[in-house]
Amino acid sequence: MRRYIAFFKMRLMAGLQYRAAALAGLSTQFVWGGMELLIYRAFWLEHPERFPMGMEALAAYVWLQQAFLTLFALWQWEPELIHSVRTGAVAYELTRPADLYGMWMARSLAVRLSRGLLRAAPVILLGALIPAPWGLRLRITPAVFGLFLLSTVLMLLVVCAFTMFIYALTFHLTDPNGVMVLSTAAADLLGGAIVPLPFLPEGLRRIAALSPFGAMQNVPLRIFGGDIAGAAILQAMGLQVFWAVVLIAAGYVLMDAGLRRTVIAGG
Amino acid sequence: MIEMRGINKTYHVRRREAGLGNAVRSLFSRGYTDVPALRDMTFTVPDGQIVGYIGPNGAGKSTTIKILCGILRPDSGTCTVNGLTPWADRKRHVARLGVVFGQRSQLWWDVPVMESLLLLKDIYRVPEQRFRENLDRLTALLDLGDLLKTPARMLSLGQRMRCEIAAALLHSPEVLFLDEPTIGLDAVSKLKVREFILEQNRLCGTTVLLTTHDMQDIDALCSRVLLIGKGRLLLDGDTALIRSMAGENLSTEESVADLYRRFGI
Repeated sequence: MRRYIAFFKMRLMAGLQYRAAALAGLSTQFVWGGMELLIYRAFWLEHPERFPMGMEALAAYVWLQQAFLTLFALWQWEPELIHSVRTGAVAYELTRPADLYGMWMARSLAVRLSRGLLRAAPVILLGALIPAPWGLRLRITPAVFGLFLLSTVLMLLVVCAFTMFIYALTFHLTDPNGVMVLSTAAADLLGGAIVPLPFLPEGLRRIAALSPFGAMQNVPLRIFGGDIAGAAILQAMGLQVFWAVVLIAAGYVLMDAGLRRTVIAGG
Repeated sequence: MIEMRGINKTYHVRRREAGLGNAVRSLFSRGYTDVPALRDMTFTVPDGQIVGYIGPNGAGKSTTIKILCGILRPDSGTCTVNGLTPWADRKRHVARLGVVFGQRSQLWWDVPVMESLLLLKDIYRVPEQRFRENLDRLTALLDLGDLLKTPARMLSLGQRMRCEIAAALLHSPEVLFLDEPTIGLDAVSKLKVREFILEQNRLCGTTVLLTTHDMQDIDALCSRVLLIGKGRLLLDGDTALIRSMAGENLSTEESVADLYRRFGI
């Protein structure tokens, strides 16, 4: 375990050195969140009674989504890993006395956390300064906050396990780009990246909530705003655990099978 | 001790002729060719020896190294390195192994070299004391100094190669595989790398298997040479034997070229 933690630490520190990227991302995320809320506000003022979420819950969703974007955005792939499989540089990683899946998982978690940590606090702070109902309401009970944190951890696991599954596919495909584009699009729609799941039509919403994409940002963001409460929280988090386990197992098996038949070509 | 006995490995390569017609045809039926990479490869390297493993491109050198590293599984035959079968006991085996692939990098490119070394320390579970000793020795011998604070991507090739070698030796491996360690290096860096390999072998008794196309590497380092071609072991002896086989007054380089021609490889 220690070696994976060391790996995690190094990637975390490496990620923290990208200040300019964090600053650029930060301003984008703030403007983006503001624009989104302005659009929702127009709809809300028109027909507040037909809105599927409370405005405060929605504002919390939008601000936290912007704050934690790099934690869960599925399109934040790691081209280096895919590149290493295509070029054979992965040979070096196979000469380490550690598990490739473990090392890459630690790396994926660390990269997302390091990006997230640099950006989250300022967005949350600015969001909190904006008056209700457009700002981020920070009145939340300790119990709900605990559940929010726990489901954020689970979300991170589901997201990384999903990307690991795609990286494992790389061992079987010449080019994983098609699968990546498709899954990114699916995650945008079914994961609540474009609009929160309550805004989707009933049938699609049900499918989305049960899919692995529904176990990502959808759960913690809605717990924080109070949109999911009570027993629904446990049900949603149960699904997160389910998908984390299934995706990790599937990715592990797929990578193992890939490594068994992998031939690293060229000197 | 490295022991290879009757190792065979055949690659399954997809082939088709160029052109649209053939491309369409290959949609329905794919042509494969079997390319034998190693045929009945058998040799033994005792502890503490520096062995040069030479042969033309495509002879099977890298395949051998990959099998010995546990990355590749041979079709048949047995192989042990200090009592372990590489592909079956991969993790235990590679913990005692150092590898440098001259054409690839093991340093994480966007962090200072020292960070990579510290991470390797944890990956290989090197005790603090031994890590410090090894690092001090490697820093002095390979002239690392300020390089350790530099991100790997900003190093020149020669500087990077010295760091790669240091990275491969931090955990005091018993066996070291060097795959073209001097490729692309200038004269000074080459000499430094060679000098270091000899020193490491003399002080720590490290067994070294070296593949290279640079015959001066062979002259400077190896007490024994294995010549392979088309997947077979053709010659096993010292550099004097190679020169004597090729005739008078030829350099090692010319002798080897002569042997390649003579063996038709």
